Amino acid sequence: MIAAHEPTQRPRNARLLVVDSRGHIAHASRSRFLALLNRGDLVIANDAATLPASLEGKHVPSGAAVEVRLAGRPSLAAADVQTFSAVVFGEGDFHARTEDRPHPPALRPGDRLELGSLTATIESLLDHPRLVSLRFSGAPHEIWAGLARHGRPIQYAHVPAALALWDVWTPIAGQPVAFEPPSAGFVLDWGSITRMRERGITFATITLAAGISSTGDPDLDRRLPLDEPYHIPETTAAAIRRAQQRGRRIIAVGTTVVRALEHAASLDGLVHAGGGIANQRLGPTSELRIVDAILSGTHEPDSSHYQLLRAFANDTTLARAHEALETLGYRTHEFGDSVFIERRNRLVRDAAA
Amino acid sequence: MTNQLDQRLHGVRIAITGGTSGLGLALVDELTRRGARVAFVARTPERVAEVARTHPHAFGIVGDVARKEDIHPIALQITGNLGGLDVLINNASSLGPVPLVALADTECEDLELALATNVVGPFRLTKTLLGALAASAREGRGSVVLNISSDAAVNAYPQWGAYGASKAALRHMTAIWSEELAAEGIRFVSIDPGDMDTPLHASAVPDADRSTLKRPETAAREVADAIEAAMPVGAAQ
Repeated sequence: MIAAHEPTQRPRNARLLVVDSRGHIAHASRSRFLALLNRGDLVIANDAATLPASLEGKHVPSGAAVEVRLAGRPSLAAADVQTFSAVVFGEGDFHARTEDRPHPPALRPGDRLELGSLTATIESLLDHPRLVSLRFSGAPHEIWAGLARHGRPIQYAHVPAALALWDVWTPIAGQPVAFEPPSAGFVLDWGSITRMRERGITFATITLAAGISSTGDPDLDRRLPLDEPYHIPETTAAAIRRAQQRGRRIIAVGTTVVRALEHAASLDGLVHAGGGIANQRLGPTSELRIVDAILSGTHEPDSSHYQLLRAFANDTTLARAHEALETLGYRTHEFGDSVFIERRNRLVRDAAA
Repeated sequence: MTNQLDQRLHGVRIAITGGTSGLGLALVDELTRRGARVAFVARTPERVAEVARTHPHAFGIVGDVARKEDIHPIALQITGNLGGLDVLINNASSLGPVPLVALADTECEDLELALATNVVGPFRLTKTLLGALAASAREGRGSVVLNISSDAAVNAYPQWGAYGASKAALRHMTAIWSEELAAEGIRFVSIDPGDMDTPLHASAVPDADRSTLKRPETAAREVADAIEAAMPVGAAQ
């Protein structure tokens, strides 16, 4: 696929590949996404705003320049911003492909990092020389001020212009907890939410701290997605119960929503309101207990996002979809085109099994 | 009844722009006193630090709503520190040229600055925070955007052109926001606090008889009452 290199959230010519529950493939203009929805559907999006999680600075013991990409946190609590997991790169910035970036100097517990006005200490290495747990000095409000002043959105070489926060906050962005944008939500604007309501479609949100999508290091990439804390509001849990009781479809806007809802329901098949930490991997053997369809970006087969799509459609269908995306020049990455995939229906799935 | 109303703002997450002087500072006092969780924004780091020192439970944020580049860093710190947002008070205001002059003598740049602070800034900040405000509304916490207006937004006072025209635009924008987002559960309210004994008023009318002006503390109580009235009962946590 072609990398989308312009940071436009809703380009007029954005396209949507549609896979229905029988594996049939169709193509649509993404701006007509609402036409795929039925009265009574429940649409759920991730309303996390994105942190300026890329911090350039210095590894104090060596004096070497580094870029720290915050990648995970223990909870969504506002004051819980001292400790993060993070991926550390050597000198350079997003203009170089992550796989070409130099390694950082050898990192050891206790090493100090100066990151703008922020100071952090490496607490431990997380079974990899570039994945660390770090702890910022200072009170939470000082850390927020430092991130606001010094941090930049994490970005990749396929977008040449430096991103600002307004490029990566979805229109519905609320609490800033994501490390990369929950970019499936770029498709939504306030007009579409109004039109859903007018058509009897319910809109609800969850909040999940979407982690980083790529590190450029094969060993680390195999560990993605990292654990992601999430919160499910009581009103969203209630809307899910209502939809289930009435046999309505539950449509996730983005892989992060699938991950949160399926994790929340992993105990007894019911989505409970409250917080949790999504630590599961979804793939071809995962049974989806909550989500009936997903609106997502277009993903390359070697990504963890693509693995999650295998819970919705079988490999033959996904291979045909991927071929169509390639042949028809769909655009990929966070500002690219989208796919809408209905979960294969149980009859087809059982027959295939 | 007073007690019940006083409780209604307990735990409510409120952001105030222009929070280090005049009405804004009085609102930081009043709303923290009523138990709200407050973040306030102002341009001068020393003033922000000073007000934060005397209000240890409020979060001080340095930023200028008139600058496009400051809006997201401000919004990040508001929702980051408060864990979301229930109430936004767009209070920061610019008079335009000081001393006040007739429109014919107003420099274009002075008009632009008044519009940037009084209209475009509140628009940008509100738009950036809509996701957090709508989440609050969906969760039943209540959600209010309160824009500080003026009688100069309605009446044509000579020499108040830059201020009056910008406040008129803000007032009308508030009404349109209200129409468009009522279904999302976000309330939009304009309040004219009246002529107050504030630094802004002193800049505009240096020789005013201060004894005739409303105390900002009084206006802050009225604004806080208006927010309470707009919040659902039992929303506070």
